[in-house]
Amino acid sequence: MGLETHFGHSVVTTRIDAVLNWARKNSIMPMPFGTACCAIEFMGLVSSQFDLSRFGAEIVRFSPRQSDLLMVMGTISYKQAPILRRIYDQMPEPKWVLSMGVCACSGGFYDNYCTVQGIDDIIPVDIYVAGCPPRPEGLIEAIMKLQSERIGQETVLARPRPVVSLPVASRDREGGAQETVRH
Amino acid sequence: MNETLQQIKERFQEAVAVESGRDGDVVVMADTRSARGALLEVIGKLRDLGFTVLTDLAGIDYLQYPIQQPGRFAVTYILSDLKRRQRVRLKAYVGAQDPVLPSVTHLWQAANWLERECWDQFGIRFEGHPNLKRLLNHHEFVGHPLRKDYPMRSRQPLSENDSLMDEMVVRLRQKGLLLPGIEAQLATPGVRVSDHGEEAAPGSPSFGARGGAASAAVVERITALPGVLGEPEFYRDLHTELMFLNIGPSHPATHGTLRALVALDGETIMAAVGEIGYLHRGFEKSTEVQTYNGVIPYTDRLNYVSAMMNNFAYCKTIEKLLDIETTERTKAIRVVIAELSRIVDHLVCIGANLVDLGALTNYWYLFNVREKAYDIFDRLTGARLTNSYGRIGGLARDFYPGCGDDILRVLKETEKAIADVEQLISHNRILLDRLTGISAVTAEEALSRGWTGPLLRASGVDYDVRKAFPYDGYEQYDFEIPTGTVGDTYDRFFIRFYEMAQSARIIRQALAKMPAGPIFPDVKTAALPPKDDTYNNIEGLMNHFKLIFEGVKVPPGELYDSYEAANGELGFLVVADGSGKPFRNRCRPPSLLAYAAFPEIIEGHMIADAIATLGGLNIIAGELDR
Repeated sequence: MGLETHFGHSVVTTRIDAVLNWARKNSIMPMPFGTACCAIEFMGLVSSQFDLSRFGAEIVRFSPRQSDLLMVMGTISYKQAPILRRIYDQMPEPKWVLSMGVCACSGGFYDNYCTVQGIDDIIPVDIYVAGCPPRPEGLIEAIMKLQSERIGQETVLARPRPVVSLPVASRDREGGAQETVRH
Repeated sequence: MNETLQQIKERFQEAVAVESGRDGDVVVMADTRSARGALLEVIGKLRDLGFTVLTDLAGIDYLQYPIQQPGRFAVTYILSDLKRRQRVRLKAYVGAQDPVLPSVTHLWQAANWLERECWDQFGIRFEGHPNLKRLLNHHEFVGHPLRKDYPMRSRQPLSENDSLMDEMVVRLRQKGLLLPGIEAQLATPGVRVSDHGEEAAPGSPSFGARGGAASAAVVERITALPGVLGEPEFYRDLHTELMFLNIGPSHPATHGTLRALVALDGETIMAAVGEIGYLHRGFEKSTEVQTYNGVIPYTDRLNYVSAMMNNFAYCKTIEKLLDIETTERTKAIRVVIAELSRIVDHLVCIGANLVDLGALTNYWYLFNVREKAYDIFDRLTGARLTNSYGRIGGLARDFYPGCGDDILRVLKETEKAIADVEQLISHNRILLDRLTGISAVTAEEALSRGWTGPLLRASGVDYDVRKAFPYDGYEQYDFEIPTGTVGDTYDRFFIRFYEMAQSARIIRQALAKMPAGPIFPDVKTAALPPKDDTYNNIEGLMNHFKLIFEGVKVPPGELYDSYEAANGELGFLVVADGSGKPFRNRCRPPSLLAYAAFPEIIEGHMIADAIATLGGLNIIAGELDR
């Protein structure tokens, strides 16, 4: 990188946390878990007009094992829920989760028999982005926030983690899962 | 139409009731409670009369319907005659106790998944169906959600996804890929394969509920026996076995959440089965509690790449039910916006597929102009993607000043981008090798599978709803329907370029003679009053309140209406009960029937070809699973 011409044989001292966070937050590798409309806006985000690479997060990995940011974009149905959980489990630490759009955040207006009412029933979420779907600018803001407030605040010894309530059906507004109807 | 009605009446004498529907379609009522075989007889006669295409098959639950019906459930078959451009709606009533109808899968391949969906959602059994499994809901689901007595928020979590091996074993057996030894193993007690509904009758309590567990047992048995799977000669020479691979549901090339389980020999797909429902978000059930105008945001999210076409398709159906005519200006605006949406849809389809095939440059070219079209949508509707621009009887708002010029400018830029991309790819040897001759579907097969839109036209059938059942004044525009010859991935891919050119032609014509005038007809029962009235006089205020809170009151009745969306015929079968909310709102999505064919048409090809084929089908999960 030519750094030695500037620094010569000198020594730079810093904290390990600072170096790691600096590297991590500027080389996010998102795993796009796109299920619905929001994924189309994500396509807009990575293409030239909005250009996510300006924020160091354009290396999209479709393998959870190579990524550190899970971007859940779209409605998660109960049929999809075990897959989402499994993909999250496959990601190595440290990892962050971005929930894009109201469906992923809360189920949105799909308050019905088949839609999970927010992915935080299944996996911990670091940042929520409102909108149906959110505009690419909103997503960029979320990533910048994630960089400064989540990834930037990491320490090697302890990292702040959101709490998740399990199991999947724990939050059911009307207790519907219990009153299962049999025909 | 009267002629057809007469013809059908003569054909049936007094055996079944025949009447003319509100939409001009002929409605045939078959009361199947008396004689179950009668339905097939009626369908046979209608086929003889030329109604040879099954466009849709949908259940209706008439529980709590204000008008007495002959049975609790009805299954509606929409049969089309593409040559004479006519449709017949056949209604078969079934009672509440053990609803069962004969399957029509032997007549149309399209019926396979449509009947599965009907079973899944309504619990109506189809006798003789080869694989009556749930389609949209997961395999641990109990009950049938679209029944009126199923509570909308009764949620049922899933613990483990279906392995699909039960279907795979059946498929392998059909293809002759199961060695004789395995048959005996599978026949042993404790291993249950849902094969042809014999071992596990769909009505039996075990069906569906424990399908996943049983199939897991099957997998265990199969994997415990080395060498029982695989092509016999091949196995002997190379000591190879079939390998199972899941493509999806989370896979970059599926652009949504589709799943196909394939059995591979090397890289060749020997057998494949598909599964959908990962994005099933209850469109039909959710819209039953919304007012008619409240449904429009839900329709945005069917095919979310061209959201406004869904708005217009739905509004058109309700307008027909209300028997109101939109103004000339609204018609022209709808045509312009719909055709621009079609171009955007095709741009996304082509751009995304070329990425899957490794041609990234085109993606930037096409998405740059797509963004420009989105800027127009944004300015016009306030949203980039899910616009909610249609309203029953009109539009959310009129064009902003200079909108037409913006559209013409973007159109020009789009045409340049398309020309650039065409130059890049149309003589590209790699691309041509990957597309030509892959997964060819003949015209007969495409019709039997219920394909519509670009897919059907790629197979050489010039069926287009805009020509066959003109709406929004499409008959006054000069445009052609491009058709393919072979029906392979190449045709399905390149036909979209020709369609975009035709759409541009239509947009220019419509903009050139854009009529002036209001966007809502003077119908107080459907159109919101002008804001001036709402704020300044009590009648206007009351009218506004009534329409917003109670919804547009649609008189009892039902009809099916279709629209040429970007992916094909988008139909809505709406049952109204006189209130402000739809009693039943069935969406006939083009993608469902396209994807139903996918596992079969990729067999014999390589995995990489399957990805190209999937791209050519342009499956949009939102309308596939609803």
